[in-house]
Amino acid sequence: MGRKILFITTDQQRYDTLGVNGSVVGRTPVLDGLAAAGIRYERCQPTSVVCMPSRASMLTGQFPTTHGAWMNGVPLAVDAPSVAENLHDAGYATALIGKAHFEPFMDPFGRYAENTLASLGIPTIEQPWYDGRMGVHRGFDYLEFATHGVMGLLHYAKWMQQHHPEALAGFYPVVDGDLNVNALGGGDTGAPQVKVNDVPKDWYHTDWVAQRTMDWLSQQSDDQDWFCWMSFPDPHHPWDPPKSEVSRVNWKDVPLPVNYPEKASEREELLDQKARHWRAWYDGRVVSNYEAPAKWVPATLTADQVREVNALNAVEVELIDEAIGRVLQMIKDKGWDDDVDIIFTTDHGELQGDFGLLFKGPYHVDGLMRLPLIWRPAPSAKVAPAVVTAPVSLVSLASTFLEVAGQPAPSWVEGAALPRSDDEASAGNFHDTITEWDSELFGVAVHVRTVTTKRYLYTEYQKGTMHEGSEGELYDLENDPLQRVNLFSDAGYASVRNELSERLLAHAQRPNQKTELGVVMAPV
Amino acid sequence: MASIRYEKRIAADPDTVYAVVSDPLSIPEWFPGIVKAEMDGNVRTITTASGLQMPELIMANDPILRRFAYRITAPLYKFHLGTIDVIEISANESLCVYSTTAEPDTLALIIAGGTIGALEQIAIIAESRQQEG
Repeated sequence: MGRKILFITTDQQRYDTLGVNGSVVGRTPVLDGLAAAGIRYERCQPTSVVCMPSRASMLTGQFPTTHGAWMNGVPLAVDAPSVAENLHDAGYATALIGKAHFEPFMDPFGRYAENTLASLGIPTIEQPWYDGRMGVHRGFDYLEFATHGVMGLLHYAKWMQQHHPEALAGFYPVVDGDLNVNALGGGDTGAPQVKVNDVPKDWYHTDWVAQRTMDWLSQQSDDQDWFCWMSFPDPHHPWDPPKSEVSRVNWKDVPLPVNYPEKASEREELLDQKARHWRAWYDGRVVSNYEAPAKWVPATLTADQVREVNALNAVEVELIDEAIGRVLQMIKDKGWDDDVDIIFTTDHGELQGDFGLLFKGPYHVDGLMRLPLIWRPAPSAKVAPAVVTAPVSLVSLASTFLEVAGQPAPSWVEGAALPRSDDEASAGNFHDTITEWDSELFGVAVHVRTVTTKRYLYTEYQKGTMHEGSEGELYDLENDPLQRVNLFSDAGYASVRNELSERLLAHAQRPNQKTELGVVMAPV
Repeated sequence: MASIRYEKRIAADPDTVYAVVSDPLSIPEWFPGIVKAEMDGNVRTITTASGLQMPELIMANDPILRRFAYRITAPLYKFHLGTIDVIEISANESLCVYSTTAEPDTLALIIAGGTIGALEQIAIIAESRQQEG
């Protein structure tokens, strides 16, 4: 018997929403406890700031330009590498419960397994694997899916439709009549993607994901190794947590984010320092990507709306923390805790008021790129608690799972296993991370590459609809932690810029086993 | 309104390729995720693998131009026009062009995503028929 792995993800959660990372709004005692007992990473970066490419990187250990799911709506090839296949081969029982999103949600033709399993009523389906064999879908024996709402074909939506149809109307309508991300406002302030949801807490997807996880775990024998990916759809918008829980945080008491200048002139001055698409989006001239409401103009965002969104976000984070606590208690009650590795993270962040913006897009700053990451190694492994300040990336997760399982890292992974201390990080060359953005949607193309070091965050905009190929951003994270002063054109930083540009060039020219880039099959 | 186009070169003569796409009831054989098609006059109703039914009005089926055009008339669509053109490259090679124009834009993307797989299947069927003579 080896070490079991509980991999917990959320969706679109900022670094600073955990108590241990400085949250002043939501309380997260369970995750704070895991951090105290394990390893907390202070600068974990995603490979992409949207769901599908980032999640595909967790599964494959590859960057989007390698695994081929380069933007939302591009399915990860069904025979792409999957760490779950390797763990399955190593004798692990494998499950993914909650939000997967390796395949597009908008799938009226039912072409993707993620959208058909619930209707078929089977736990998995046989598909081709990366090595040419046939096996369970992406290496998972058991799959049950959920996303942010109750419409559609996934397990949670069908469960709600079947068992609690009276509660469906309480959820926010995620998309509008044009199938764009909805701009409809709600709550007390009219903030977009906010709604008072009458759904009882027990029926909300956070509790559903935790309960389904416990149901699956309860079927495992004591000597069975398992890899369980418990994937919460929250705190991604819509912000419609159960009404019964909203009073946990009074939005009127929520302080404005430190990076939300209240004066419009100050916001605009900051945005004007950045590449031109920032201000264009803020003013409502361009919506470059599907992930933000097409009919919403960020300049209309008010301070109270930011407060209410952040309050509801904190409520959702608290519900997740409590749900994790119930799962961890079950693991303890089973007597398994000593041999269970727990890794918690998210796929990308959320602007949540930074620079007067909400949601996400090709904006490579900490709001979207600095992620919570906690690894509580199995106590039996006797790994000393630590705080790692070196930059690490979600691309390292696949190798980490395999290392925990005592398996070698296959040649296709592009990230080494996570360091367990800063000393290991130094020895392992954890000096920087790369984040990619590529989108081509309805005539608007944006291509961005960013390298993050402990000291700098450097972005190059490649030629696209709004960029000439010569624009960029450079922030000194030590002296400018809020990324307000763009040093890209500062002659005093030319050598820094050149060095980081070389790093991006090396990334572009890296030798790897690239999959053919996929085709956009849906907006998301 | 969004308009998206995909095309594929097919190793078969244009009449063979057009014969595949011009039979309105054959669409379940080559469009991924469509499991059933029924005709009533010039209205084709397709059923998808997820159980969704969509009525389509056949606008053109021209064997001389080798152009098939149809409109999805389901209420979700403010507008849709799908066209399949088969163009002769040589005696034994054709270009099949599948275009989708729709409003809302997002629906164009979703339908067009399916046309990529459709072109692959059309090619397989046509090339097989060509080899069979």
